[in-house]
Amino acid sequence: MVDFMITVDENLCKGCNICTEFCPRKVYQESGVLNKKGVHVPVPENEDKCTQCQLCALMCPDQAIKVDEKVDEKDDK
Amino acid sequence: MDENRENRFMKYLRKDRLPHIFCAGCGNGIVMNTFFNGMEMAEVDFEKVVMVSGIGCSSRIPGYVKCDSLHTTHGRPISFATGIKLANPENEVVVFTGDGDAAAIGGNHLIHGARRNINITVICINNSIYGMTGGQISPTSPKGSYGSTAPYGALERPFKLSEMVKAAGATYVARWTTAQPVQLSNAIKKALKNKGFSFIEVMSQCPTYFGRKNKMRSPIEMLKWMKEESIVKRRADKLSAEELEGKIIVGEFQNKEEPEFSDKVCQLLEAQCTTGKPSSTRSAFEGD
Ligand SMILES: Cc1ncc(C[n+]2csc(CCOP(=O)(O)OP(=O)(O)O)c2C)c(N)n1
Ligand code: SF4
Ligand code: SF4
Ligand code: SF4
Ligand SMILES: [Mg+2]
Repeated sequence: MVDFMITVDENLCKGCNICTEFCPRKVYQESGVLNKKGVHVPVPENEDKCTQCQLCALMCPDQAIKVDEKVDEKDDK
Repeated sequence: MDENRENRFMKYLRKDRLPHIFCAGCGNGIVMNTFFNGMEMAEVDFEKVVMVSGIGCSSRIPGYVKCDSLHTTHGRPISFATGIKLANPENEVVVFTGDGDAAAIGGNHLIHGARRNINITVICINNSIYGMTGGQISPTSPKGSYGSTAPYGALERPFKLSEMVKAAGATYVARWTTAQPVQLSNAIKKALKNKGFSFIEVMSQCPTYFGRKNKMRSPIEMLKWMKEESIVKRRADKLSAEELEGKIIVGEFQNKEEPEFSDKVCQLLEAQCTTGKPSSTRSAFEGD
């Protein structure tokens, strides 16, 4: 289990799969099913491989992705 | 959407207008992200940002942003931006424009803005085509590329925008592509910090028209093409024109300090308007 989350907003995603292609850790997988809007919304299938580099969130043209920021160890307590 | 689960740039956007009108995978959305990223790095006060644009898909960006903005006529955003800056030099004026808007109909405004060195930042989204009107070729379309007005391929040589704006006198100039969002964000940060005319040329993908007409149907193919053909300026400077054929030269083209236009106007007014009466302002402009 990872202690952070990746979310893709279904209402914003247009299914371009830029995130799927350019994530250096291949976290996302193309979805086989269409959502209500007729979009294949990618699934962060391999969340455990994510390094929270934030590249996907910077490249998503539709501001659909949120990856939790790294929590600084020192700020933790 | 739960606010905690929203993209980090959502706070700058007019959520009620989303999703935006851009086609799936269009580069315009990536440029929006890199702008916000660069703005945060430059520590610019978002309250002071005024976005100005002309006409085109790229020019629709300001309409989605929660700041003061002005959507002007085709080719003229730099002229309107000049007025906004001079009316209140405290404004952080940013122009969003396309290759058609800035280099075709607005070419003159672009070079003269650069010549004046007025402190505004121009972000030109160069997708090498007129996206909004259906894929006509633009002054930056590569030689041989196809468009609805060039069914046999473009015959003309394209403008090299960054080189042109540098020659016209801009004090910060950089070119990157949407496939290099981190470098692009850094360039935007420097452009915002530069006190003078800053020009950012973003090579971007229009999969719907440029891509479809030039055998790159998906935004992913276009991004890979831009990434592969990019060559940093330092390396490009050592190569011949033949070796650079088809390459996209990326990096910083200009970064220098020169007197800035709104400063000069303020200094003139200060020196001439000693009484504070309207007549003394008039005489400052008339030069007596
Ligand atoms: C005076 C005038 N002439 C022509 C047009 C038609 N027109 C609208 S957008 C556009 C070109 C836009 O191209 P670009 O600036 O590259 O923007 P893009 O859509 O590619 O982002 C043209 C010619 C217009 N709106 N006004
Ligand atoms: S990059 Fe954004 S819009 Fe494109 S598929 Fe991924 S989440 Fe959806
Ligand atoms: S944050 Fe980086 S590693 Fe994680 S999913 Fe996004 S691109 Fe991949
Ligand atoms: S037509 Fe081209 S530039 Fe316009 S929104 Fe679609 S992909 Fe983007
Ligand atoms: Mg264009």
